[in-house]
Amino acid sequence: MTVNAAEITREGLWKNNVALVQLLGLCPLLAVTSTTINGIGLGIATLITLVLSNTLVSLIRDVVRQEVRLPVFVLIIASIVTIIELSMKAWFYDLFLVLGIFIPLIVTNCSIIGRAEGFASKNPVGASALDGFMMGLGFLIVLVLLGMLREIIGFGTILAQADLMFGAGAKALTITLSQDYDGFLLAILPPGAFFGLALLIVGKNLIEQRLLSTSQAIGGAPASAS
Amino acid sequence: MSTLSSPFVTPSAGTNRMMLNVLIALIPGTLAYIWYFGVGLIVNLVFAIGFALLFEALILWLRKRPLKPYLSDYSAVVAGWLFALCIPMHSPWWLIAVGMAFAMIAGKHLYGGLGFNPFNPAMVGYVVVLISFPQQMTTWFLPITVSGEAMNLVEAFSYSLGFSDLQQWDALTMATPLDQYKTNLGLNMMVSEIRQSPVFGDFGGVGWEWIANWWFLGGLYLLYTKTIRWHIPVSMLGAVLLFALIFYVMDPDSIASPGFHLFSGGVMLGAFFIATDPVSASTTNKGRLVYGCMIGTLVYIIRSWGGYPDGVAFAVLLANMCVPLIDYYTQPRVYGVEPPEDHHH
Repeated sequence: MTVNAAEITREGLWKNNVALVQLLGLCPLLAVTSTTINGIGLGIATLITLVLSNTLVSLIRDVVRQEVRLPVFVLIIASIVTIIELSMKAWFYDLFLVLGIFIPLIVTNCSIIGRAEGFASKNPVGASALDGFMMGLGFLIVLVLLGMLREIIGFGTILAQADLMFGAGAKALTITLSQDYDGFLLAILPPGAFFGLALLIVGKNLIEQRLLSTSQAIGGAPASAS
Repeated sequence: MSTLSSPFVTPSAGTNRMMLNVLIALIPGTLAYIWYFGVGLIVNLVFAIGFALLFEALILWLRKRPLKPYLSDYSAVVAGWLFALCIPMHSPWWLIAVGMAFAMIAGKHLYGGLGFNPFNPAMVGYVVVLISFPQQMTTWFLPITVSGEAMNLVEAFSYSLGFSDLQQWDALTMATPLDQYKTNLGLNMMVSEIRQSPVFGDFGGVGWEWIANWWFLGGLYLLYTKTIRWHIPVSMLGAVLLFALIFYVMDPDSIASPGFHLFSGGVMLGAFFIATDPVSASTTNKGRLVYGCMIGTLVYIIRSWGGYPDGVAFAVLLANMCVPLIDYYTQPRVYGVEPPEDHHH
């Protein structure tokens, strides 16, 4: 299988985006995106897990027997997530309290075992690490966008509680859009996550449609639709 | 055109006539509401029906459907009207706009429009604003007979549009009878103590109980015109009555009476006007009984042990969800055909 970096990047960020196209990892995606900071926190944790697990799985791909590969992958992922959980407890304790159970639950995020099985176990280390990074980045971007959307509609702020992530000095990062905004609780509650994700998927499909029609208008088949 | 051969049944009116009957049946209760609580309801009605039509027109235009036949079938008017009756009087205009947008766009047209919506659109809109704006949705105004004054139409409009604020009218607001039961029973007060509050009448709240009577009368008109059938109201009211009676008999000092449960909150309006929505309710007679029973039971459960003082809207939506299943298991047998072997109903 030949792989090139540009293709991996396009797959991870857009064409095969974990959250918008594969619709994997919806449980943490829907549960923690009530604010931008929560989205960033979980997104980064997932990103690190993906990069490390893809790298490790790729390194051992010729050593592990076919029959036991899935338990081994799970073991690797679980170890990485445990390390991340302990690190967060050490350095981002407040954020860890907010994200709670969803940090250890990264283990069960289907996209991670999916990339391990579907990509890392068949590709060299460099490509696998890049794939993990791009898939994780695609997931992170959606988490942040969804968190931002819900936070703006729900509370009328952006980056509230930034101090949880970036230390006490980051309080100034919080942007309050309107002082006398009463808030729209639905956006913060679980239904808001479904509405928000659906709107993001609609947005992606609209952009894709627009791109397709412009590239057809210019002439010929859509560019590089591999 | 008159037909000379059978069938001799005149074609019964379509959606238009049905919805018109519902509107006619709503009039006495609505007038009673205005009589007891003031003209603020008119503001609710104007905004709710206006926004219902506006959002219906908008989504029809987006879906490239003809506007006139859909806008003139009165279904949006009924949804707006019911929504206006459910929310507190003097609600801000934007709250009504948000509710109607969700009712018409998410509740009705995203599922395919009239006839395809599994949920009652008015209740979808109501629940959205109920869970989103707790402060506005618990600001209820006292009946005129208790407070002695009310806003006039101009004041009510300017209040809803945000030109005057609550401080001026603060003395006129109070918790609803259902709310008082919920809060005060939680504080271990006796029913007899709770009922000392001036908002209580003979059964339910002052005003509320009489409005409920007029909903009942409107419901009888709907039954008389065969707009609805008896199954849903009877089974829903029966279930509320049964549960209320059982628990009341067990502990009359700290449980609200069955009469209170029937004549307060949204039970009477819900039984005849909301649960009977022909699109989202069950469509078989046996199913209607199950469906009504389910709503009545859930209303009692939510009122007694849930987080909200009233539960009609939640109960209706939860029962809406079960309708496909109920309908599946209550299909009447086709006459003249052997029942299939694997039919174990």
